[in-house]
Amino acid sequence: MGKMSGAEAILECLKLEGVEIIFGLPGGVLLPLYDAIYDSDIRHILVRHEQAAAHAADGYARATGRVGVCLATSGPGATNLVTGIATAYMDSVPMVAMTGQVSTDLIGKDAFQEADITGITMPVTKHSYLVKDAKEIPRVFREAFYIARTGRPGPVLIDLPRDVTVNELEFKYPEINLPGYNPNLKVHHLQIKKAAAALMEAERPVIYVGGGVKYSDGHRELLRLSERIKAPVTTTLMGIGCFPEDHPLSLGMLGMHGTKYANYAIQEADLILAVGARFDDRVTGKVASFAPQARVIHVDVDPAEIGKNVRVDIPVVGDAKSALAELAKAVEDKPWSPWNDKISGWKGDHPLGYAKDSETIKPQAVLETLYELCPEAVIVTEVGQNQMWAAQFFTHKDPRRFISSGGLGTMGYGFPAAIGAKLGCPDAEVFDIAGDGSFQMNIQELATAVVNEVPVKVIILNNGVLGMVRQWQDLFYEKRFSSTTLHRVPDFVKVAEAYGALGLRATKPSELEGVLAEAIDSEVVTVVDVIISPDEKVSPMVPAGASLSEILELEKADQPGGLQKSYAVPAATEILELEG
Amino acid sequence: MLHTIALIVENRPGVLVRIAGLFSRRGFNIDSLTVGATDNPDYSRMTITVDGDEVVLEQVTKQLNKLINVIRVSELDPAESVERELVMIKVAAKKEDRSEIMQIVSVFRAKIIDVSPRSMIIEVTGSQDKVEAMVRLLRQFGIKEMARTGRVSMVRGAKVVNP
Repeated sequence: MGKMSGAEAILECLKLEGVEIIFGLPGGVLLPLYDAIYDSDIRHILVRHEQAAAHAADGYARATGRVGVCLATSGPGATNLVTGIATAYMDSVPMVAMTGQVSTDLIGKDAFQEADITGITMPVTKHSYLVKDAKEIPRVFREAFYIARTGRPGPVLIDLPRDVTVNELEFKYPEINLPGYNPNLKVHHLQIKKAAAALMEAERPVIYVGGGVKYSDGHRELLRLSERIKAPVTTTLMGIGCFPEDHPLSLGMLGMHGTKYANYAIQEADLILAVGARFDDRVTGKVASFAPQARVIHVDVDPAEIGKNVRVDIPVVGDAKSALAELAKAVEDKPWSPWNDKISGWKGDHPLGYAKDSETIKPQAVLETLYELCPEAVIVTEVGQNQMWAAQFFTHKDPRRFISSGGLGTMGYGFPAAIGAKLGCPDAEVFDIAGDGSFQMNIQELATAVVNEVPVKVIILNNGVLGMVRQWQDLFYEKRFSSTTLHRVPDFVKVAEAYGALGLRATKPSELEGVLAEAIDSEVVTVVDVIISPDEKVSPMVPAGASLSEILELEKADQPGGLQKSYAVPAATEILELEG
Repeated sequence: MLHTIALIVENRPGVLVRIAGLFSRRGFNIDSLTVGATDNPDYSRMTITVDGDEVVLEQVTKQLNKLINVIRVSELDPAESVERELVMIKVAAKKEDRSEIMQIVSVFRAKIIDVSPRSMIIEVTGSQDKVEAMVRLLRQFGIKEMARTGRVSMVRGAKVVNP
């Protein structure tokens, strides 16, 4: 291919890896690379803050399954990426983050805009490289993309000193040679046999599914297995959409803000099949009393997850999709059982729901209405109450249509991630379900969306407070609302208009449907300011450190939520009310 | 309980930091860590002594295996391997104590590698038990300084831990 500069080689590598779009913001040491980007076919989206570049690459990756790519300059540019890289790491998102670095002769001299970014990001990357010689560029990029997307996916950082991007090299794209990296995808047939036998023996099985099923595209195999043995399926936040929530065997989400029936089912199960999930503390509650009667089968591509948080009886290392396919083949059809009836009873008795209100808009109703108007939407969320309501009250049926920062819980993630998702899936209707607190953390990206004509729709559930923290203050800190009031500043409609976006507002329940319909019809970036009560809570709730059995209902439900629609059940009985 | 892990890692900058960082981040306790080149200059060998139960050991092993620069991770069974540590001890050696110190050195098959009017440096190589026993005996004279290499270990017989 002949001689070229390091910068040209980088773009050649990106092209060979099939990269169509990168998110970034230039700086001094990146001038040679940005000069090469000027002539390149690869689309560069200029963000307004580097954190958004990482989140947008992450949202793009989650929506498309491809590797997301972001780029930031040395020093502060690189450190601004850190939150986005950590977000991707916690949720196993394939990403390549490129950072500029001072020239190799200045490294270690505390040069202008120097930061040891490979050191800073070591705990939050799957792997990282500091390229010291232009000749290494092809090998490093080839390895980085391979590592990012294979096995358990994750972010890989490439630090690029300025001189490395200027120096010339003879370009040759090498074969992968990584003796220390052999992701084990093939499942062991003996373990499958054991797992299948356990599933056949079990009287009260529950399948517990995480993001691994989404990343391996295993949702069809999951459905087949579940239907064959009539095993109910609960998903984690990351697993949402891997199993259709309107299916009779769906339990919805489990854990802290999961459904009561999912948590009850876990606690009474005699067998748990965990697939691509990692027994996070928000899922298990008090781990010592998690699923006390159950044997555990754990399928994961990352062997280190097996046995990390809970004791596992049958470990299965490998790809979730192939494990589910093998299991579905190895089991025999089972009939609808008393266990299924018991769960249906719980669903009837303890539906997700909320109290209706004719004066104030209920956030749960916003999600339900949005689902009615646009069931195919891609839902991206911020973090906090908005995220939980989006998980609970929109009926999720497809993987990759619910995008949320689960592990790290990054406020400010949703809006830039929505921009990335929309660029990856231009035909999808992409909504960022936001809170007024979270949205303000990356509100400057309105400029990115408007300038690049990325028509995402932001729905702000505006309670004027940091709602999730306030909820805990309300319940556990005697309503001492320390530093959680945001005073309904700014006026989001005016902010939207100032950026050249469409701003809409709904203050009364009667306005909700019309405003949402207008947002859906809008062909430009749209911000919908939905005024809700600061006292609205996410319910039900397992208090931190409590067992899943101790799940509390915080609001009297007279309106069965999205998950129960197919059951049309009456009001919940047995409700523990914590507030008047 | 102490476990000995032998690691073959790529001989590249930053690899030691990745391994040390992993231990501190995940809350694993390193008792000792040694590193040196192997016969192949592309790889280094580390011997890490870890304190913890079987569950901790399993997590340590699995997490180490996830590092791209780590080629092999082997736990060495103490019953089937030989382990050694080299220690230098600078001990206070008054005239009247010297012959007793030299007797101890001789019993432990250690070596005196430096002598000055008031002190000696003793080099001892052996298992941890032997080293500890010798240190206990020398303490009565006054240990002024001590430098230990940490444990290195190798499986007995034909079995090898190589890349």
